[in-house]
Parts: sequence; C-alpha cells; structure tokens
Amino acid sequence: MDIDLITNVLYATLKTGTPLILIALGEMVAEKSGVLNLGQEGMLLVGAAVGFIVASLTGNYFLAAFCAIFAGMMMSLVFGFLSITLAANQVATGLALTIFGAGLSAFLGNNYIGIGLEGIGIWEIPLLSDIPVIGKVLFQHDPLVYLTIILFAVVYWVFRSTRLGLKIRAVGENPEAANAIGIHVHQIRYMAVLFGGAMTGLAGAYLSLVYTPMWSDGMSAGRGWIALALVVFASWKAERILLGAYLFGFASIMHLVLQGTKFEVAPNIMAMLPYVATIIVLVWLSSDAIKTKMSAPKSIGQPYRPMS
Amino acid sequence: MLKLEKRQSDSRLMGYMSPVIAIVMTLICGALLFAFLGHNPGEALYTFFITPLEDTYGWTELGVKVAPLLLCAMGLTLCYRAQIWNIGAEGQFIMGALGGGYAALQFLDAESSWVLVPVLLAGAASGLAWGGIAALLKTRFNANEILTTIMLNYIALNLLLWAVHGPLKDPGGFNFPESAMFADAAILPLFSDSYRLNISILFALFFMVAIWTLMARSWVGYQIHVMGEDAKAAKYAGFSSKTLTWVVLLACGALAGLAGVSEVSGPIGQLVPQLSPGYGYAAIIVVFLGRMHPLGILLASMLLALTFMGGEMVQIQLSLPKSLTGLFQGMLLFFLLAADLLISYRIVFQPRTARA
Amino acid sequence: MSLQQPTERLRLSGITKEYPGCLANDAIDLVVLPGETHALLGENGAGKSTLMKIIYGVVRPDAGTITWQGEKVQISGPAHARQLGVGMVFQHFSLFETLTVAENIALSLPAEESRDMEALSRRIREISEHYGMALDPDRHVHTLSVGAQQRVEIVRCLLQDIRLLILDEPTSVLTPQEVRELFRTLKTLAAEGVSILFISHKLDEVTELCNAATVLRNGKVTGNCNPQDVTSEDLARMMVGDDTPLNQNYQKAQGGNTALQIKALNFRPEDPFGVTIEGLNLEVKAGEILGIAGVAGNGQDELCALLSGEEMSAAGEINLLGNNISRLLPEARRKLGFAFVPEERLGRGAVPNMSLVDNALLSASHRGLKKNGWINYGKVRDYALQVIDKYNVKCANEDAQAKSLSGGNLQKFIIGREIEQKPKLLVCSHPTWGVDIGAAILIRHALINLRDEGSAIVVVSEDIDELYQISDRIGAICDGKLSPVRPTNEVGIETLGQWMAGQFSNGGEAAHA
Repeated sequence: MDIDLITNVLYATLKTGTPLILIALGEMVAEKSGVLNLGQEGMLLVGAAVGFIVASLTGNYFLAAFCAIFAGMMMSLVFGFLSITLAANQVATGLALTIFGAGLSAFLGNNYIGIGLEGIGIWEIPLLSDIPVIGKVLFQHDPLVYLTIILFAVVYWVFRSTRLGLKIRAVGENPEAANAIGIHVHQIRYMAVLFGGAMTGLAGAYLSLVYTPMWSDGMSAGRGWIALALVVFASWKAERILLGAYLFGFASIMHLVLQGTKFEVAPNIMAMLPYVATIIVLVWLSSDAIKTKMSAPKSIGQPYRPMS
Repeated sequence: MLKLEKRQSDSRLMGYMSPVIAIVMTLICGALLFAFLGHNPGEALYTFFITPLEDTYGWTELGVKVAPLLLCAMGLTLCYRAQIWNIGAEGQFIMGALGGGYAALQFLDAESSWVLVPVLLAGAASGLAWGGIAALLKTRFNANEILTTIMLNYIALNLLLWAVHGPLKDPGGFNFPESAMFADAAILPLFSDSYRLNISILFALFFMVAIWTLMARSWVGYQIHVMGEDAKAAKYAGFSSKTLTWVVLLACGALAGLAGVSEVSGPIGQLVPQLSPGYGYAAIIVVFLGRMHPLGILLASMLLALTFMGGEMVQIQLSLPKSLTGLFQGMLLFFLLAADLLISYRIVFQPRTARA
Repeated sequence: MSLQQPTERLRLSGITKEYPGCLANDAIDLVVLPGETHALLGENGAGKSTLMKIIYGVVRPDAGTITWQGEKVQISGPAHARQLGVGMVFQHFSLFETLTVAENIALSLPAEESRDMEALSRRIREISEHYGMALDPDRHVHTLSVGAQQRVEIVRCLLQDIRLLILDEPTSVLTPQEVRELFRTLKTLAAEGVSILFISHKLDEVTELCNAATVLRNGKVTGNCNPQDVTSEDLARMMVGDDTPLNQNYQKAQGGNTALQIKALNFRPEDPFGVTIEGLNLEVKAGEILGIAGVAGNGQDELCALLSGEEMSAAGEINLLGNNISRLLPEARRKLGFAFVPEERLGRGAVPNMSLVDNALLSASHRGLKKNGWINYGKVRDYALQVIDKYNVKCANEDAQAKSLSGGNLQKFIIGREIEQKPKLLVCSHPTWGVDIGAAILIRHALINLRDEGSAIVVVSEDIDELYQISDRIGAICDGKLSPVRPTNEVGIETLGQWMAGQFSNGGEAAHA
C-alpha cells in the first residue's frame, strides 16, 4: 500500500466517523438522562432532507445546517412530548419516530431526488495543512469535522466537571431521588432529548450537504442505528464514542482499502460490513456484560411521572 | 385546570377506544396536510381511503397486501408479548423470499404444483434461520435484539441485492437485476384468474387462529405472556426466558419467511431488488394498533394495507408522492401511543383550588 | 422554670391530601417546637409519609396551611424547604449510587455552595466527625453500607443551616447497634436546638427518643401525647384503634423430622452488588417456623433464590425430605412440596397487569391446572376463588388486575396461593412488610396453622418483633453467613443484634445440641 492510499483511507475514516460521533454524542446525553431515543434514524433522515432542501433553495449552507438542526429538534420534541410528558413506552415511541421520519423525509425530498449540490468546501488550516500526510488527514476538512471535535470536547467537559453534568447523571440514575432533592426531572430530560435531536439533525445535514451532496430516500442507510450501538459500545463515555466512531468509519470504507489489493468483492457484500461490524461489536460487548450493565444509566427506558 | 390522574385499574374501554382515537386524529391531520398541499381535504382523503376499495378488484388487492402484513404481525405479536423487540420481520421476510426464490429457481421446468412444498418450506426455513440468528445473539451473547434485528434487516437487503445482481440474475434478462420468472407450477394458486389474490391469505388466516389459540389457552402462551409482563415473575415461576426467546423469534422468522416466499411465489413471480414496500415495518404498527389481539390485528392489517394502496392512489390521481403512506403510518403510531396514556390515566377537570 | 411559651417551629393546620380512592391526609394539625424530638406514629398506610412529603415540598396539599416559625408559607419544592431549614432523610434513600458522597451532597446544595468541591469535601469531613458519623467524601455511594448511606443523607441535611430534620422510618434498615449510634447523633442535634420529626411505628424507639408524639390512623390525627408520660399500650391503642387485638402470642413449637437440610451451600452472584454465599448450613424441621433476621442486602435474597431455584448454587446440597433439589428447576421443586412467598409481591410474586385468575396459575400450575400443555381455565378460576374466599382477599372480582389490590390484600392472595398448595416447606420473605395490621394478623395466623399441620416454614424478615413473635427458632444472616440458630426464647435481643452485625464465630448449626 502506498502513502497516498493510507492518506486517503485515514482522511475518509475521519469523514465517515463524523456523523456517527454527532448522533452518538447526542444520544449519549439523552440516555444519560434516562431517555432512550430509538428514533435517531428518523431524525437523521429528516435533518438530511431539510438541510438539502434549504441548501438547494437558498444556496446558504449555514442556514441549511441551522434548519436541519431545528428540524431534528422538532422531531425530538415530538418524541419528548410522548415519552416524557405522556410517559409513553420509549422503545415504541422511538420506532414510531423512525417510521414517521422515514415517511416525512421521503415526502419532503420527493422533488429533490437526483439534484446535485456543490457541497460545503473544505477549510484548510493554515500552515498545519501543509504537513505531509498528517496535514491532509487532519487539517484539510470541511468545517463540520472540526465542529464535531469541538462539540465532543464540550460534552466531555460537561460530564467531567459541571453541575449540569451531575444533574443529568442524577436524573438518569434515579429520577425519584432527583425530584426529591429538587431537580426538575422533566426539564433536564427535555433538554437532553432536544440536544440529541439537534446533534442528529446536524449529522443529517452533514450527510446530505457534505458526505454525499444529494438526496435519496433512506440515504442514512442505518447510521442512526449504528450510532445507537456505538453508545453502548462506548459504555456511555464521550471519549470512547470518538474512538468507536472512527473504528466504524474505517470499517465502512474497507472498499477503499481493498482497492489497493487484488481482492475483488461485490459492492453489495462490502456494503454489509458496517452492519456485520455492529453485530460483532454487540457480541463482543457481552464478554463484559456486567461492566456494560454497570455503566448504563439505571433508569434508562423508564418513563417518570412525578407525584403531585 | 386539566390534570392527569392514575386509574386504579386499567380501562378496558380505553384499550379499545385508543386505536379509534388514533385513526380519527390521523385523519384530521391528514386532512390538514392535504389542505396545506392545496387539495380539497375531503376529496383527497376519499381518494386515499375509499377509492382503492370501490370495486372487487380493490378488495382482492387489499387481500394481497393483508396476507404478508398479517403473517408478519402474528409473528411479531408473539415477540412483543414476550417483550422481545424484534424489528427484524422485514429482514426475515426478505430472507424467506430469497431462500424460497432460490428453491423456485432450481425448479424452472417444474410442471407439478408439488414443487410449491419445497419452495414454501425453503422460504419459511430461511426466515426461521434469520430469526434464529437473532435468538442466538440474544440468548448466547445477550446482544440487544432491537439493534441486531435492524442490522440483520440491512444485511438481508444487501444479500438480496447481491443475489439479483450476481448469482441469481436471469442470464437472459438483458442484465436487469432480476431473477428469471418462476415456473407457473411454483406460483401459488389464485382464487380467480381475474385477480391477483392467492391462497397465501388462507395461510395468514390459519396462523392467525392458530396463534390466537396458542396465546389464549396453552401453557407456552401463558409463559410468553408472563415473561413479557414481568420478567421477575417469570423467573419466580421458573419459566426459561432463553427457551421462550428462541420460540418466539423462530416462530416469527418462519411466519415472516412464509410471507416473503408467498410474495415472490405470488404476485411478483420472480426475485427483484424491491420486494417489500416495508411490510415488516408496517407490521409493527399493525401489532400495536391491533392491541396484540388477533381480531384487532386483522382489522389493523387491513387498515395498513389500505395505506399502501392509498399512497399509490393519490400518486396516480393527485400526483402526490407515494411516501404519504409512511407519513400516515408514522402519525398513526404516534397518536396511538399518545392515546394509550388514557388506558392507565384519566383526564380530570380540577377547578383551581384557592389555597390560603 | 420559665413560663414563657417557646415560639413554634412548625405548625400544620387542616392539611388535607387526597389520592384517587384514598384520603391520605384528612385535616391534620401538628405543632413542632424548637429542640423537640417529635414522633409521628402510625401503621403503614396511615398517611405519615404523605404528610412528610408535604412538609418537604415534594407533594402539595389540597387544603390546609403550613406555618414556619410564625409565618405562613407555601412550600414550592424541596429546594424551598431546604432554604427554610428543613432537611429530610428518606426511607428509601434519595442517593445516586454511581456518584461520590461529595457529588451527591453537592447536588442538593445551591449552585454557589458546591462550586468548590474541595472546600465541600472538607466541610463534609468536619461535620461528619463533629456528629460522630465518619464519612469519606470521595467514596462512591454504591460501595457504602446501608448505615453509611443513611449517614450521607443526614450529613447532607446538616450541611445547611438546619432547623427541622425529618427522618422517615430511619431505623428499619439498621442493626440495633447502628440504631444506638443514630440516636446519639439525634440527641446531640436536639440539644443544639434542632427540631426532629421522627416517623416510626416502633413504640420502644419512640419512648426512648421522643418527647412529643402525634399519632395518625387512616389519615387522621388520633392522639397527641408525650411518650414519656404514657404507656406503650396507650400509644399502640391510638395507632390501631379499639377493635384490633394488640397482642398475639403464639405457642412455640418443637419441630419433628428434618424437612430441609442445606449443606455447604456456595453461591457466587453475577450481579456485582450481590452477596457471595459460602459454606452455608441450615436444618429446618417439619412443624417449626425458623426465623432469619438480618439487615437488608446480607444474602437473604440470594438464599431465598437458591432455595426457590431462581438461582443455582455453585456447590453444596439442598435436601428437601431426602431429595437433593439443588439442581432442580423451580417447577420440579414445587412438585416435591416447596412453596415460596417472595419479598416483592407486585412484580415477582404477582404480575401487576394480570388478573388474579392468571396470577393463581403462576406458581400453582402443577396442581392439576394444566394438561398436555393446555391450561384448564375452569380449574384455575376455582383455585383463585378458593384463595380469595379463604384468605378474605378484598378485590372487585377474580378478574381484577393484581396491581389494583392493596398491598395487604395482594399479600394475602399470594400467601394463600402458596399455602393452599399444601407445601412441605414454605419460604416466606418479609411476609407482613408494609401491610395493614388486620392483614398481618391473618397472615401470621395462616403461617402458624400451616406449621401446626406439620409443614416446615422459613421466615426471612427485617422485622425483629415479628420474628420473635412467630419463630420457634431464630438466627441471623450477615454478609452471606448464617449465625447459629437457637430456640427463640434462648436468644436475647442483644445477641441477635450481634449476630445481625456479623459477630458470631461458627458458620452454622453446631450450636444446638
């Protein structure tokens, strides 16, 4: 393998991992507060569709990303109203969100299939981007790749050393107790769920504006679900999400790697890799089931209704 | 001031009323949506929900879509009763079609309808095997079944795409990604040559009754029910959650597989990349909407089948996107989940109490 | 002696709170003075906890006023209550197990006080030492004993300028020795002028600690007194009313042949918070009740699950009437005459959303209620009706959901379902926990009757009074090890307390020769 190939593979790994990090970080925050939002795939598709439509209509990518974030938040608000306020089953509500999101995005994007977009350009970081190999791999990306790293740092810091982080964990572990010491459980959970929606909406925009600048039905191809597995894999730790997302990113671009070798594998078989990898990860986690159970937020999936 | 108040005991009435409320709310939102899109809401809803059923052909087409939905939904009912969140009916459906289709392609010259036996068995067995993978992952490795079954859906879809682009592609098919047409003997018998409705609807009705009986009267049905309601009570009573997990996932896989093979050995007649308009996912809504009760599920699968037909109808007559189907299905489930709150809570009007 | 009235710290008047189907508090009046240790007495379900939650702002009253140090207040929430100087120690602790002691405490303080975590840790150390309750602020709560967790709750209250400390059944989770330490702390606090509201149903503790008492029954105040001036009898009468017998004395029995014999039982839990059991020996005779005392989480759950077959032991033997059942599945054990009443009645002993008919089938299917894999619902219904009738279970009908029954009625149903199977060995975990006194009496009667018919019974409980009342022999479990087991009237409360704290040398049966 030559140096160009390695550079390309690493570069693509970073790009492919980015949407997964966004989704998984958002979902991790929601899960830490005790809410399991299985609707990631639906929010992702709606974010992608909305982002693409706004970009096509206005040409303003900033506005497009903003609208995608807003759309993700609106979706998560519906989810939050059902699962938090009305205390509906979180699993069923999440599935409903996915089915609804798939339908809504296909409906919205109906007239935009087959249209191309220029896509967001890259930001070269001055000086650093000139370093051989590393410069290309790390410092010649679109702005969202950098933003993702910043968002990661923010989430990491919130849980490491803020009172807000403590409150979210408290609500996720024992909502009754949190309520008893005066924390507004529903308020925290709404915030966490809305943050998750915003992150996933942004990830959707990343897919349709940067990663593959176009719209097609179901274009997220299960990334929302893979990100859900990633959160478990990361045992609800932000730094492990970063690591895991890049590992997954690498697995998804194996065809790039194989280009350099003599192996020839049908593209549809290659396309299975991320899904197979996800199952393998889930199986591998079972070897440490107790640790996974210990690090999972205790009240996850359980609606909370305060006494009045 | 409106206030929610917990009921001492669940309301049976609300259990039945909640789907009705959900349907009414969906229709209202649908009307608003059509109005927003510049169509007369009444006419558009008529086109969506009534026009497809105005003639006998429409009703037989409904049956064509009810059969796979009902089979998948009965399988999913078993799983959801046991709180095994199998989202994999879609993948099991595809695998059933693929396995059964592979068998049918081995008998392209068949003349006797007996060939249907190995074809249907191959389909059911493939679906069963796909469900078995999920069961193995769940019982042996404790892997979350929601995620594994979703992943298995994507894998099944890619396997199908690979097959019709590669090994099972029709050599004489002008390079279209499709298999050869199956032999006529390997196609399920029709009730009448004028319609596409075939005997798979009888399979569906048979398994509906069979699973109904199983759930209502058998010891294993009771165990499944207890396990789903209360895992600790099931353990207390000594029921093996592993065995029951295997039972429900294998059964669901076989039923969805049967649905899949009935589709390719029925209305489609060959393997194509787009086998299912999302029956496996729609069946999830059917189960919830039908209250996990067989008769409810029958009615719900008719409604969901209608949403597929309505989507096509508004596309043809009003040039609206077919994807309205998914939108309606999603809304239906949302409203249902919201209305379900009324099963265990009641809304009470409370005058603002003046507190000194 | 001064005649001056001290200002009241807290006055409740006419506090009323109604829940669907239950008037939890009915026009309650209560006055607490500074430095007073005030008992709030009542049976389970009398409305004590609701009243405390109202004072702490967790629950809002439908009517009535709260006066705090002479001023009328509406307590908007726990934060407001704490700001006023009210602290509360909950019965089921409101702690977060995955956080450290300091983090837990920080969460309940105003944001500006918890910014500097190191200063906070120092304050936690100082205060906990001052009141004789050593605590390490950096420990994770899940690594602490139950007693230590309670200390965290108390210290959390003391970090603020506290005027009123509410404790909800604080002693129910402690050994007798730990109770004494707690009382020392509380007396120090009272001497410093802090008012204490002490919720309990244990009369001896109230008499020891409190200098005022309010008694509740069915949501109403039924008496006010100074516990120092009245007898326990009087207090008890106020608690339970006139028509309930107070004392139930049962004849102690001598067991016959060995019914259950446990030899060198070993168990390693998968659950990291579980208790390891090593080399446990026990013998239970037919026709006796054997009581096992202990603080929660010392291996009671594990022992019960090993007996019922919900968990399988790693090594050792469990012999039921000569059959080694240690490898059998639960249903096979039941066929040999085993029955079990678990601690959690809703969500283990009974399925909340299922009817009583379906719940009757849960553990009794082997009594001819099914054939060839098909259920005979006619027989199941008859069995359910038989239990409902014989054990006086109050319910709408046999199709009522288990969750719609009160705790006492559901417990009667479960106990009845197990006893009507005519077991040779019945294991009962916390048989009367949280049930009203009428149901408790019926349940104890049923157990004694079963004993007198020759069955062996094991009762696991945290309620020491009850164990003394019904057990023929008694022992204690601590950290997965069983103390000696001796005839109940030979074991004093001191000895039992030591056993509960793990102060015994031999690991089993040797002591009764």
